[in-house]
Amino acid sequence: MGAGHAHALYVHEHSPVHRLAPEAKIVAAFAFVFAVAVTPREAIWAFAIHGTALVAVTAIAGLRVRFVAARMLAILPFIAFAFLIPFVASGERVELWGMTVSREGLWGAWNILAKASLGAMTSILLAATTEIPDILRGMGRLKVPPVLTAIASFMIRYLELIAGELGRMRTAMTARGYDPRWLWQARPIAASAGALFVRSYERGERVYDAMLARGYRGVMPDLDQHRAGASEWALAALLPLAAILTSAAAIITT
Amino acid sequence: MHAPDGFLTAGAAVATGAVSAGTIGVALRQAKHHLKEKQVPLAGITAAFIFAAQMFNFPVAGGTTGHLMGGALAAVLLGPAVGAIVVTIVVVIQALAFADGGLTALGYNVLNMAIVTSFGGYAVFRLFRRVLPSSTPGVVASTGLAAGISVVLSAMTFSILWLFGASAPVPFDTVFASMVGIHLVIGIGEGVISAMVIGAVLASRPDLVYGVRDLDPADLAGRKPITTRTFVIAGVLVALLFATVVSQFAVDNPDGLEWVAEETGFIDSAEEHAFGDFIFADYATAGITNEPLSLAIAGIAGTLVTLAVGWGIFAAVRQRKEDEPADQTVG
Repeated sequence: MGAGHAHALYVHEHSPVHRLAPEAKIVAAFAFVFAVAVTPREAIWAFAIHGTALVAVTAIAGLRVRFVAARMLAILPFIAFAFLIPFVASGERVELWGMTVSREGLWGAWNILAKASLGAMTSILLAATTEIPDILRGMGRLKVPPVLTAIASFMIRYLELIAGELGRMRTAMTARGYDPRWLWQARPIAASAGALFVRSYERGERVYDAMLARGYRGVMPDLDQHRAGASEWALAALLPLAAILTSAAAIITT
Repeated sequence: MHAPDGFLTAGAAVATGAVSAGTIGVALRQAKHHLKEKQVPLAGITAAFIFAAQMFNFPVAGGTTGHLMGGALAAVLLGPAVGAIVVTIVVVIQALAFADGGLTALGYNVLNMAIVTSFGGYAVFRLFRRVLPSSTPGVVASTGLAAGISVVLSAMTFSILWLFGASAPVPFDTVFASMVGIHLVIGIGEGVISAMVIGAVLASRPDLVYGVRDLDPADLAGRKPITTRTFVIAGVLVALLFATVVSQFAVDNPDGLEWVAEETGFIDSAEEHAFGDFIFADYATAGITNEPLSLAIAGIAGTLVTLAVGWGIFAAVRQRKEDEPADQTVG
């Protein structure tokens, strides 16, 4: 608890993108990704425009392209399996670098690759410019049921607490000369996990009781007065609007 | 199996989004009276555990990932409705704050990972509860089996969704075989971990477990929560059943590589494709000429490996039990 807090992807900056109200950013991210998702895969130029728009947002947010690229590289191995699609897909075969692959499969792989990369970049930009409590606050303002945001905020808070507790339990175990690391030692590890679960729960229960005693009624008071005004919504709408226009043009021309 | 954006068609994304939102809405209404008081922190802790467990993932063909799900464990702990809500929260936060899984893919990701595992897993859990004895070992074994099967159910749903909303013409068989195959292995891990966690929670706080509300806590509390012979025997039976089902599937449908070999003519025209000659031709011959035998051997070998690993774990567990003091204070 005394240690630093884990900001999964957040990068501290003072940029117009960081300052935007979280609810506007969440809606903009969803709208943009949906516009990308309906873009016809044959319109390669449209994906180039989508990508350029995201690079522009990266620049405005004061994020280094290298940071975003590194984050995307971390998820690329998973997307890269889309490269298998041309080999296993059916349909007309074409020659490519001495191999025969499915033409439909190539388009399918490109489709997943392009949309998944743009989607991932959007999520990274949202997460890099919005702190997790702000994301939860934004979700609350977007009328996500309060019980969902309450559980989510418990989850976020306890993630780190549990990791810390696990570290202390391991230290205690090691200090007593026991260091389970093999398969046949699974039982003590499972027992630790179970003990950790019950311990975390009982701590959560005490905290929750204390919250109830102090007047908690299932919703945290929203002390942040900063809400998206008309101008902020308009600013946030620029990105999805550009994408929707591009996507519409692509649909018409293909 | 956090699918990225563009994995299914836009229509499938919207349809699954509507189904998932509707189901979670119903679950919220159903869970309302449960979630009022003490269940919120328990749900939050469960979500945190599942979040941590889902971080261990590895790639699966087609641009998605395989990992532990946690839906069945959440359902046994909290009930299917709250369980589904908890895993949904995990999936949504992963997409929004950790860029894991596409935003437009949320509909099908929630359907696969939260709704199917929680409701499906809980149904399987109730089924096993009815068959197995109403004791701690029985509950623990039911949890493990339900958790393992829930992962496979989820992989099946994933493949079925591909049938309706495929964004590339990859045959259903290929997707089904690779997804279900990988998740059979994941299911074993999921089952063992879920069973052990439930066992440990039952040992100290049986009142927290939704799935045993119908049992007398005093009955459960007195016993050591050990995964016993019941678990092993039932596990072996299920493993054999799965091995049989999946190897039958594999007989009918060659895997991706074999399929390529046949489709592209690598097998017939080896002189045109220099490296097709030694990879695919051999592969196909080995697979096809003695097909039933090699598959049977593969199935038996797979089950034996599973058995050996399982036996190792449980033998160790039994020894440990004898060595350890009877009482472990917690908290």
